[in-house]
Order: sequence, then structure tokens, then C-alpha cells
Amino acid sequence: MSTQARERPSEAGEDAPQPAADVRLEGVRKSFGDVVAVDGVDLEIDQGEFFSLLGPSGSGKTTLLRIIAGFERPDDGTVWLADVDVTNKAPFDRDVNTVFQDYALFPHMSISENVEYGLKVKGVGKQERRSRAEEALQMVRLPGYGKRKPSQLSGGQRQRVALARAIVNRPRVLLLDEPLGALDLKLREEMQIELKRIQQEVGITFVYVTHDQEEALTMSDRLAVFNNGLIEQIAAPADVYERPATEFVAGFVGVSNVLEREGQRFVVRPEKIRILEQGEEPYAGAHVESGQVRDVVYVGMVTRYIVDLEAGGQLTVVRQNLETSSQDVLEARGAQVRLEWRPEQTYEIGERGQMEEDE
Amino acid sequence: METRSARIALRLATGFTLAFLYLPLAVIALYAFNQKRIQTWPISGLTLSWWQKAFHNPGVRDAVLRSVEAALGATLIAMVLGTLAALAVNRYRFFGRETISFLVILPIALPGIVTGMALNATFRTVFEPFGVSFGMFTIIVGHATFCIVVMYNNVLARLRRSAGSIEEASGDLGADTWQTFRYITLPLTKTALLAGGLLAFALSFDEVIVTTFTAGAVQTVPLWILQNLSRPNQLPIVNVVAVSLILLSAIPVYIASRIAQESGILRRR
Ligand SMILES: Nc1ncnc2c1ncn2[C@@H]1O[C@H](COP(=O)(O)OP(=O)(O)O)[C@@H](O)[C@H]1O
Ligand SMILES: [Mg+2]
Repeated sequence: MSTQARERPSEAGEDAPQPAADVRLEGVRKSFGDVVAVDGVDLEIDQGEFFSLLGPSGSGKTTLLRIIAGFERPDDGTVWLADVDVTNKAPFDRDVNTVFQDYALFPHMSISENVEYGLKVKGVGKQERRSRAEEALQMVRLPGYGKRKPSQLSGGQRQRVALARAIVNRPRVLLLDEPLGALDLKLREEMQIELKRIQQEVGITFVYVTHDQEEALTMSDRLAVFNNGLIEQIAAPADVYERPATEFVAGFVGVSNVLEREGQRFVVRPEKIRILEQGEEPYAGAHVESGQVRDVVYVGMVTRYIVDLEAGGQLTVVRQNLETSSQDVLEARGAQVRLEWRPEQTYEIGERGQMEEDE
Repeated sequence: METRSARIALRLATGFTLAFLYLPLAVIALYAFNQKRIQTWPISGLTLSWWQKAFHNPGVRDAVLRSVEAALGATLIAMVLGTLAALAVNRYRFFGRETISFLVILPIALPGIVTGMALNATFRTVFEPFGVSFGMFTIIVGHATFCIVVMYNNVLARLRRSAGSIEEASGDLGADTWQTFRYITLPLTKTALLAGGLLAFALSFDEVIVTTFTAGAVQTVPLWILQNLSRPNQLPIVNVVAVSLILLSAIPVYIASRIAQESGILRRR
């Protein structure tokens, strides 16, 4: 089963009108001097989808988002919003709003003036502006905060105002650039749930930039994994995790367990590998390899074993601490072990991830 | 680590510095109220009569008016040109941007006498043939050269601190360029404009060197002081004018620094 079918629609030769995607990018490329920030991206994001752009810092996520918003003009390629070519349109001519990483609230305006701003510049009447702003503040759980100034709010509250200021305009697409990056862990987890709830409530397409793989996996309907300005894989979270298309994706989304056997490279997830007890028989059809435990990391609920394989390569194995104590676990260091996994739980990967060395 | 003695030493040093800076000013201020025309210590008694005389002196009155005129003109020009330059340098990345930034700031570092000479030569050879003679206009242009720097620096510092993604956010929310300028850029730089304007005004008001080279027959307050300093019977009035000048320059600078502190924008982040 291939989950990469969307990755290169042009290859399939389908120029005929398709069901309208909210955002469509074709061959988008952008460089700054010598740095190629976005290196030819094709992408289709459906109406109402929660779509994430996941990738390490510097991989071109922000640049792509800014191209969709209209702050940057691509050197090459086309941007379509709901089947309208907007490549050369100014930001204020696009039915798109952005939640900036630093929130970019207007410091000289009150919270309600901030939220009403988009409606005001579009000439919406005062009455309607008021009620829609209050409604939006309600949605982000900040009712009654309208009179305050941004400087009087906490980081999490400012983040919500930035969100309210964008969704009050009911844009077709909402772009979010690491909106939770500045928040502490607990608040971040709360806001992840809030964001997802709001997205489902308003039904707006979300394009969400993050470098946090857990965040991308928990929130998205689909995600695109970025590396060096290129998309390595576009798929649903479970598919990206279980069937990474490239070595880079395997490494970035979870622990990289890549082996090369008989000229084939493949991934085995740490939790799919079992350590056989002394004299225990492997499952029928299981793949078995022996090796030596090089290191053991006890992390509370689970233990991570790093095993050097005799046939070459290294694997990380995760085992739940059901009966074992930290003492037992640490004694495993240096021990000879046999590992088994089912061949159907390994996934072959391509070579694309190797382009990292350009850096 | 701060010991008791270190703290005392620091306070003494601070006190000494302040005395060094302000004692001469205090002396002049005192002589402005001296009963006698001659400056001898200790002063014999206090009087307000010099203030009255200064107020009714036509030379002083005229000089003050000329100075205000020149300062207003130079500040106005600087506000427009300095602000536009700051907006351009902040907003657009163009070839030679850093060079332009450097060239705008340079005049404040140049010796006033060089600026004065250069302006004098320029006015003489370029403006005079067209019938523009030395006077108020040339003073204003001369003062504008350094007032522009003040405006430019103030506005640019504010823009660097607050604009950027805020202006982008405005465009993103549907505002066109003019709306963004009116609702975002202008309000955000308003206090910087005011503070810069006051500083420029103060700078222009007591400028001597450039003025000497560009004034022609016009006499501004500093030029009047310079001319009357050597006349013993004018000395008490000169003291009065000098004290007024101190106050007049101190007030705008004080207000400007208060504005900078009080605008909540400065404390963002
Ligand atoms: N305005 C710019 N000028 C020069 N280089 C830039 C600019 N914006 C981004 N870049 C470069 O482009 C690359 C991608 O940046 P960015 O899109 O911000 O990545 P990400 O958001 O994934 O961290 C980086 O190497 C960055 O240094
Ligand atoms: Mg980024």
C-alpha cells in the first residue's frame, strides 16, 4: 500500500480539474542568495484538513508558509488557493491569515482592537465587528479580556489572542508558524488540544509548521516531512511513523533503526523488536539476529537497549519494565542477546534522505 | 562583590562627576541674579533686574525669535526627510542600504567646522547665483543636516524594535500599504517622532559653529551671546540669556527621555 501517491501529482499526468484543493503548490522554489530555502515543492492540502509541515530548523518550513501567505514571492512555481492562482498577489489580497511565531500583536491597541483589526480594514461595521470579536475571544477562552493591552497578558494568552485575531476573519486557510514554540511544555500540551478543538469547530484548513514530531503526529490529519527544502514524505501520521519513506524520515520521526542486509535498507521500530529470553524459541517466520548490549538506558516506564549486531549495524530496542527493576536492567549491559522481529514489520526505505551532507 | 567602602567610593565619584559637570552652570546661574555688574566672589546681593533688562532688550528678543524660527524650520525638514529615510532603510533591502545608513549618520560625527565650511562654500557658489543669500534659509538647511540624523536614529531604532512582523501581520489581516502606515507604523513611531523632534529642536537652538558659517547677517541666540560676551556692561544680560538657554535645552531633552520611557512600546519584550 503506497501512501505517497500525492507526492508527485504531475508524474501521474493529471492536468484535468480535480476536486478543489484549498492550497495547491506546484514546483515552488525559493532561494536567498546561495541558500536554497525551498527546493521545488509540490503539495496539495484539502479543504478542512489539519496539515502539518514538519522538519528540523532551517529546512524551509517558514519560507514555504510565507510563500503561501504572500510575504515572499517564489522564484519559480505556482501557488493556488481554492483554484485561484495567487502567486503574484499581495498578502492582503489572499483569503489566508497567519498566526505568527512571535504573535505580532499590535502593542498600541487593546485586545479587542487587535481582534477587530482585520474586520475594520475591510470596512465591516462597528456593531458586527464587536460581536464577532467577542465571539472569537469566547472561542479561545478569553471572554472579557477585550479592554486589556497585549503587554498585560501572559504568553499563552497572547497566543490565544493571535489565534482569535486570525480566525475572526474566517479565512479559507489559517497558517500557523510554530505557534506553541514559546510556551512551556504543560501549556503547550493544553494548547494542542485547544487548537485541534477550534479547528474542528470552525472547519478552516490549518497549515501548521512545527519541528516537534510528537506535536505533528498527535494533531495532524496529514503531514509533510521537510528536509533541506524538500518534502521527503507526505502521509497520515501513522503511516509516516510506521512506514517512513526515507532514512531521514525514519530518523526524524522516532528513533532511526536502519539496517542494511543483502543490499536492502530497511527500518524496524524499537518497540517491534523483542529480546529473546535464554533458550526461548523464536516465533515461526521471525527474523532473528544476535548481538551484544552496548548500552542500557532506564527511563521509568520503559528501558532502551542499544544493541550492536553481529551482522553489522546497531538497533535500539524498547522494552516495557513489567517485572524488571532498574537493577536487573542495568546488569544487562554487555550481555549477549538474540533479537527477533517479524519481517512484515520492517519497511524498506529509499535513498533520498542522504542529501543531508550538503550542509 | 560590593563592599561598604567600594560603595562609598562609588558615590563620591558620582558626586564629583556631577559637581564637575554642573558647578560651572551653577556659577552662571548665580551671576544672573547678581546685584553688581562685575563678577566678583562672593556676590553682594540678589536681584531680578537683569532678567527684566534682558527681556526688554531688542537684540535679545530678536535673537530668540530667529533661533526659534531656525529650530522649527530645521526640525520640520528633519522630521520629514529623516523619517522617510528611516522608513526606507527599515522596510526595503536594497543595494547600498548599509552605505546609505552610514552616510546619513556621518554628519553628526564630522567636525562642525568642516560641515560649516562645506555648506558655506556650497551656498556661496551654488545658491547665491540664484539669488538665495545667506540668512534664515541657509541656517535652516545647515541645521537640518544634523537634525536629520537625530530624527533618523530615533525613528529607525523604534522601527527596528517594534515593526517587522507587526507590519506583516497588518498586511496579512487585509490592510493595504496606506492602512498599515496609518494604523500601525505611524502610531508606533509617534513618540519616537516627538522625542526626536524635541532633541533636534534643542540641538538646533544652541548650535554655534555651523550657524557662524551660514547665518550671514542673522543673529541667533548663541551668536548674540558670543558677540556680547566681550562687552563688560552686557555681561549680566549674557548670563541671563545663558541660563534661559540652559533651561530651554534641558526641558525638551527631559521631556524626550520621559516620552521614551513612558511609551509602553519600549518595554515590550
Ligand atoms: N530572509 C532570509 N534571508 C536569507 N536567508 C534566509 C531567509 N529566510 C530564510 N533563510 C534561509 O533559508 C533556510 C530555510 O529557512 P526557514 O524557512 O526559516 O526554515 P525553518 O522554518 O524550517 O526553520 C535557512 O537556511 C535560512 O537561513
Ligand atoms: Mg521557522
